[in-house]
Amino acid sequence: MSTETNAAEVAQAATDAAHESAPGMPQLDFSTFSNQIFWLAVALVAIYLILSRVALPRIAAVLAERQGTITNDIAAAEALKAKAVEAENIYNKALADARAEAQRIAAETRAEIQVGLDEAIARADVEISAKAAESEKAIAEIKAGALDSIKIVATDTAAEVVAVLGGKSDAKAIAAAVADRMKG
Amino acid sequence: MGKIFFFAMVGLALISGVFFAPETAELAIHPMDQFIVQPLFGHGEISWYTPTNMTLWLLLAVAAVFALMVLGSSRRAIVPSRGQSIAELAYGFVYKMVEDVAGKDGVKFFPYIMTLFMFIVMSNALGLLPMSFATTSHIAVTAVLALLVFLTVTILGFVKNGTAFLGLFWVSSAPLALRPVLAIIELISYFVRPVSHSIRLGGNIMAGHAVLKVFAGFAGALGLFSFLPIFAITAVYALEVLVAFIQAYVFTILTCVYLKDALHPSH
Repeated sequence: MSTETNAAEVAQAATDAAHESAPGMPQLDFSTFSNQIFWLAVALVAIYLILSRVALPRIAAVLAERQGTITNDIAAAEALKAKAVEAENIYNKALADARAEAQRIAAETRAEIQVGLDEAIARADVEISAKAAESEKAIAEIKAGALDSIKIVATDTAAEVVAVLGGKSDAKAIAAAVADRMKG
Repeated sequence: MGKIFFFAMVGLALISGVFFAPETAELAIHPMDQFIVQPLFGHGEISWYTPTNMTLWLLLAVAAVFALMVLGSSRRAIVPSRGQSIAELAYGFVYKMVEDVAGKDGVKFFPYIMTLFMFIVMSNALGLLPMSFATTSHIAVTAVLALLVFLTVTILGFVKNGTAFLGLFWVSSAPLALRPVLAIIELISYFVRPVSHSIRLGGNIMAGHAVLKVFAGFAGALGLFSFLPIFAITAVYALEVLVAFIQAYVFTILTCVYLKDALHPSH
């Protein structure tokens, strides 16, 4: 019995030793190749299925989604920027318009004032000339009045002088003489 | 803070070297034992379906891919969380690689290439965990990956281009006399592709892990001076983290290059 056990143990030890000291590399132990290849195939198929069915489509979707989000955000930012530029342009245009309008109004007002001014000046001129004519007329009247008065005074004075000197005043001759003198 | 932690670790290493030095300080280094494929439950023969330690770590790689790519992206956030960022980064990284190297019409192979990349990078990373099993250090695994790529690309090349695919071997820009010679060289290099493709990945991972185990063995044997190999392990581990990513990247970009050859076989 004991010898049998011993023999079995020795045999076991011998196979173990053979296994342990398998000459050189366990890599070249061809008896395990079919086992390795079978389980490698299982592992590879499993990894392939995991990757191609679940992981890769999911990661691709996530990456595409992120790319889309980034693209959208950039597009939105660009649109906002364009909007800002547009608003600035509109503002500038409004500013320029307002300025032009102001200038136009100023010019118009100036022209209006000028017209009024010219009118007033013309009216004043007319008035002035009218007044001047009136004055001239008045002066001429006064002048004429004065000449008549001088004539009468001169005639009277001449008649008086003649009378004082003892002559007989000839009214006609005096008037002619006065008129003659006044011409000169 | 980091400095204090550093000196504390050095002190701990020294103390452990003094107190836990093995009684028999023999150099018992078995750097390749970590690669032995064993049944998960009990002993016995390994048949094709037996769950082994390799099975466990292959399925853990699947779980890791699931956790990163599916659970990480489950919230579908416009502003991603950390996990989702990494998933998106991996997606963008491989997608851009396929698009840049293989061209626009290579994009429909993106899920396959992504599968390769995620599997390799996750397996490499998981293999770096202490006590884990590096599935990509096994030539059976990398050879299957490389042969998958080789067969896919070759069949695709003939289906897409017919016999024009053979133009890949006929260097029309070379002088006529040289072309047959070049054709032979091109043919040989074409069939060496899967070999180099698989051994590059498997060899790198295996060598790195073996070196770590060798240094670990030294650390056990050196007693007081075990801090030297522990530093070395730290340095090599950092390198291995880099290698884990770079080898996944190299494998993937070479796949893209081969795919480009199949889609556009003109020199």
